Amino acid sequence: MLRVENVNHAPVEFSAALLNKFADLVSRYPEGRQKSALLPVLHETQAELGWLSVPAMDKVAAYLKIEPIEVYEVASFYTMYFLRPQGKYMLEVCRTGPCCLVGAEKIMDHIEQKLGVKEGDVTADGLFSWRGVECLAACGFGPVLQIGPEYTFYENLTTELVDKLISDLKAKANN
Amino acid sequence: MGRKLLLEHINVPGINTFDVYRSKGGYAAVEKALKTLTPDEVVEEVKKSGLRGRGGAGFPTGMKWSFLAKPEGVPRYLVCNADESEPGTFKDRYLMTHIPHLLIEGMIIASFALGAKTSYIYVRGEMMPQIRILEKAIAEARNAGFLGKNILGTGYDLELYVQPGGGAYICGEETALIESLEGKRGNPRIKPPFPAIAGLYGCPTVVNNVESIAATVPIIRDGGDEYAKIGIGRSTGTKLISASGNLNKPGVYEIELGVPVEEFIYSDEYCGGIANGKRLKAVVAGGSSVPILPANLILKTINNESRLMSYESLSDGGFATGSMMGSGGFIAFDEDQCIVRNTWNFARFYHHESCGQCSPCREGTGWMEKVLHRLEHGHGKLSDMDLLVDVSKKIEGNTICPLGDAAAWPVASAIRHFRDEFEWHVTNPTEAVSRNFGLAHYADPLSKPEEVA
Ligand SMILES: Cc1cc2nc3c(=O)[nH]c(=O)nc-3n(C[C@H](O)[C@H](O)[C@H](O)COP(=O)(O)O)c2cc1C
Ligand code: SF4
Ligand code: FES
Repeated sequence: MLRVENVNHAPVEFSAALLNKFADLVSRYPEGRQKSALLPVLHETQAELGWLSVPAMDKVAAYLKIEPIEVYEVASFYTMYFLRPQGKYMLEVCRTGPCCLVGAEKIMDHIEQKLGVKEGDVTADGLFSWRGVECLAACGFGPVLQIGPEYTFYENLTTELVDKLISDLKAKANN
Repeated sequence: MGRKLLLEHINVPGINTFDVYRSKGGYAAVEKALKTLTPDEVVEEVKKSGLRGRGGAGFPTGMKWSFLAKPEGVPRYLVCNADESEPGTFKDRYLMTHIPHLLIEGMIIASFALGAKTSYIYVRGEMMPQIRILEKAIAEARNAGFLGKNILGTGYDLELYVQPGGGAYICGEETALIESLEGKRGNPRIKPPFPAIAGLYGCPTVVNNVESIAATVPIIRDGGDEYAKIGIGRSTGTKLISASGNLNKPGVYEIELGVPVEEFIYSDEYCGGIANGKRLKAVVAGGSSVPILPANLILKTINNESRLMSYESLSDGGFATGSMMGSGGFIAFDEDQCIVRNTWNFARFYHHESCGQCSPCREGTGWMEKVLHRLEHGHGKLSDMDLLVDVSKKIEGNTICPLGDAAAWPVASAIRHFRDEFEWHVTNPTEAVSRNFGLAHYADPLSKPEEVA
């Protein structure tokens, strides 16, 4: 059993739409190689549930006919999978060298101040979290930021653009 | 103006759609390959072109293809490496965003040449928008009869799928990528066996970079000999360069290999010079993994010849005074940038991305990050530079995959060329926190061969 402390691992249900997506994904690989669908299946699961709880991962394991440990070891290896709940909007800012040459650190400081939470924490209203991530392959258009689960992408960031983005997201969430 | 083979139509409105791409001559190379050439003839054209892998290692693509094992009754796979995570590199994402059909067309040609009936494009998971773009392009190509069963009535069948990664730089390494595509952690495999013998599902597999695969389109369209006429020496054809950092016009540029570095940085056709009227201090020419060079050594080789954007010229001087073409991630640093801080940032990156299988890489990257952190924050010692070089030497060549080398080189080269800036951080700890070392002598004309550390 994977231990992720201080979170509520309640039982989960997968929607019919999600299960349909799983079936399409599994069909892309040869017979018996359904484990290849694990990464995309986890992305879809996280898009629906917001994060990957232990019961969700166990259900994925059962669906793909693999051991739960095979899911845990993958979910904990890759950075995109959240093993605990995040804000509804996770702002991920590139913190790697080339973006730092054009002001990425200033953008991260600004976001921290604006949201009033440290990297990795969730705002009290549950709407936002933020973190620095590694190079997002857009270094010539830095600083850059992405927001899952669609991974909408924002380039050439300024503090003004960040302010606008955050207030737009707040408005969207309250509608 | 240099010739454009990949980005020629990049500004045509709607070029991301099948119809517009087709109207500009798209998919003609597929028709030519499938209807008039045998798979071996396609491989032969690619060999003649001299194309070298654009993912970083620069291995000749045609030769790689001819190594693919072809046992009877065993499927063969082509996997496109669209994991693009090397800091400073953003050409593949750009190409997939704006002209996705070029990659799809290349995938069909390459799959046909290799005899693959199922092929995958492994795209890093963060590129969800590009994954959606590619899936739409695949659907369009299929509707037009370029994918699926009996393509163009030739009897050739091909299924093409897009596979997302999960967020891990190491999955750009080809065997880690294969592991990941099998639904596992991205731990690189010990080679041999090479993927050409035992790759995906244990079957013969070719892994190629997005740009390498896209380049097969003009190669088949115009012929390998035509392609080989462009460029210089063994650096044939055109190359996408991702230009970032303190440049007036950062972005993706298609160059004919052999353009002088100075022209690339300063001419208006390319980067338009250093931003804000500042002076150039240093360049990382091929993505974060390659050695950093001070301004004087990137513009001229140690023999005072103009340095060119080619595989050979960028590596002229070896590790002592040269660098590498790598993935073509060209990062420019202006006079106000701190080399120590950047080296620490890169070391943090490699520590974060080490898969942890080999102790020299897992532990060594951690040590380098720690020592660089204390240097940058004013707590360093003069012995730290030798310590860093020592750690980097213990990683280099002692690991399962080249990530170890990729982590060691940037640190070793920064100390080799910028040792006085590192020492200044130690001797002026308070000042170093509040201001930068500046340009110093790093752009001075090369008078005599540099003392090599
Ligand atoms: C740590 C590491 C990361 C890599 N990342 C990439 C990458 O993002 N894209 C890529 O095409 N090749 C990458 N490579 C190189 C691949 O292993 C492989 O050589 C390449 O995909 C082969 O394609 P090519 O011959 O067309 O260049 C990486 C290698 C290493 C060691
Ligand atoms: S060198 Fe580093 S990244 Fe490569 S296999 Fe070893 S530990 Fe993993
Ligand atoms: S360094 Fe930020 S996108 Fe590459």
